Amino acid sequence: MATPHNAEINRKAKEDRFQGHDYYNIDELLNEDHLLARDAVRTWVKQEVSPIIEDYANRAECPTHLFKGLAEIGAFGPSLPAEYGGGGMDEIAYGVIMQELERGDSGIRSMASVQGSLVMYPIYRFGSEEQKRKYLPKLGAGEFIGCFGLTEPDHGSNPAGMVTNVKDDGDAYILNGAKMWITNSPVADIAVVWARDEEGKIRGLIVEKDFKGFSAPEIHGKWSLRASITGELVFEDVRVPKANVLPEVASMRGPLSCLSKARYGIAWGAIGAAMDCYDSALRYSLERTQFGKPIGQFQLTQKKLAEMITEITKAQLLAWRLGTLANQGKATPGQISMAKRNNVNMALEIAREARQIHGGMGITNEYPIMRHMMNLETVLTYEGTHDIHLLITGHDVTGLDAFK
Amino acid sequence: MKSLVCVSKTPDTTSKISFTNDQSALDTGNIQFIMNPYDEWYALVRALELQEAQGGSVTLINVGPAANDAIIRKGLAIGAEKAIRIEADPQSALFVAKQIAGHAKAENYDIIFLGKETIDYNGSEVGGMIAELLDLPFISYASHLEMNGNTATIHRDIEGGTEVVEVETPFVVSAAKGLAEQRIPNMRGIMMAKSKPLQVIQQAEAGDLAVAVHFEAPPPKKAVTLVDPENMEELVRLLHEEAKVI
Repeated sequence: MATPHNAEINRKAKEDRFQGHDYYNIDELLNEDHLLARDAVRTWVKQEVSPIIEDYANRAECPTHLFKGLAEIGAFGPSLPAEYGGGGMDEIAYGVIMQELERGDSGIRSMASVQGSLVMYPIYRFGSEEQKRKYLPKLGAGEFIGCFGLTEPDHGSNPAGMVTNVKDDGDAYILNGAKMWITNSPVADIAVVWARDEEGKIRGLIVEKDFKGFSAPEIHGKWSLRASITGELVFEDVRVPKANVLPEVASMRGPLSCLSKARYGIAWGAIGAAMDCYDSALRYSLERTQFGKPIGQFQLTQKKLAEMITEITKAQLLAWRLGTLANQGKATPGQISMAKRNNVNMALEIAREARQIHGGMGITNEYPIMRHMMNLETVLTYEGTHDIHLLITGHDVTGLDAFK
Repeated sequence: MKSLVCVSKTPDTTSKISFTNDQSALDTGNIQFIMNPYDEWYALVRALELQEAQGGSVTLINVGPAANDAIIRKGLAIGAEKAIRIEADPQSALFVAKQIAGHAKAENYDIIFLGKETIDYNGSEVGGMIAELLDLPFISYASHLEMNGNTATIHRDIEGGTEVVEVETPFVVSAAKGLAEQRIPNMRGIMMAKSKPLQVIQQAEAGDLAVAVHFEAPPPKKAVTLVDPENMEELVRLLHEEAKVI
């Protein structure tokens, strides 16, 4: 039977009592904008995400009303210029925003990552002035939801093998093919789709939801990112006006530069999920008593907690340095791969250790641990799998390509 | 409405409070500071709402050191158009009130807003003092404020009910919960705040009539003693001999 003390723990579990953790005073490396942005998004998450997220995740429903709130707080494309609907902030600000969103839930962070890095960014970077004016302000304001189609049913880690294709038909292209695992697709107004043209070049197209022959069925049965909506993109002779083709890129450089942006955000985001697990585990370990003392006083619990904060601190330093390089335009895809791979794996391992500290309570949705753990299984795989990122680092240091 | 909003810096409510070794001052070493929530959530936001509805301006004022600029910047990010910081290390409510009144005297503000109290020392003194120094009406604990021309109708929280007050501008009002709803600064506001003016002015001569000399933390909570429901005699004995409440 629960003692009054432990019953009190259960009652408090529902409150979001999260506090940030900064063992190495990394806040001193951040400027006023970064700290204001972080605290604003943290407050927003506590008010808008924490009270509802367990329920939505449990029902496998996307809280689509949060798109508007994410837009209002400025989470869509914060590092894009303000004139195109962005926030005009730097890459570290973008990073801390992603960290705080993923502290709430990886699915909520995914909603913002896709809209900002995978939809707004390619239109901003590779689009015509007309396309930028038409789409970016609406995407920034959350009036349009976007999605990004690169991965195909038979081409995941090898996107260059894509079979989705376009054929020239005068003032339009005819698009055929299918994309898989597309975050936001069933609720999206537009999709940025990558397809091969008749010369074999990779082209980016903006496909609007009411184009004839285009559908976006939902993928059901996910045990992960349950509060994020995922679907397919199916194109059957879809006529895409040539005005909707991104003019400034015609190679894999297009989609890969978007992925670099999104992976960079994930490297920060994973720290948020890890901190939430650690924060909950640390508090639980001081409140839960067994054998007459708090479980945090036992050496095996302390080992877990000490290793967690050590790994979080290392990940924070990696992300901060990567952000500094990104601000200087010097972050390489290899450096981004290293941070994404390390930080997501770190978060997943911390979720597993934190689950143990919570004992049986850790498997319930009274605590955020299992939700983060299940989410992170996706994050470990999407935007470049854990193994592929290792091979990117391997390629970088040896000069030898192990992909083929 | 031309509004002045007085904002104060307070420790975050989750901070662990301790004092310097001689118990004469707060130990600020490990404290996270925030804008006083009554100033931020209610006073500032209601001032901004009036500006949005009727035009005018919202100016922030803080009495404190340069470290307070981060809090002032947050107020600008939420929407105030400019800010004034009076360079000082304030030791009493009267000192703060004299500095703010000294600035406001020449500015002809319609409304001077501030929170009903700061959540650290809970003095609730500065508003009344500013009003007295400027010879203005002071309405405290406002949970609702509507303007009709130059007349404000203000609901005041009183014990067990509400008092409704009418007052002409200019006046000083202290904000309680309900006056407005918290606004979270968005990214655009944070970036715009960087280019908004934050003027630093020197403090006016003002002595402290009273100063705090010593602080004591409340005694630590004692462990809970569980008494078997069958053993009422033991419960009575504990209440009588140890708790000394019966």
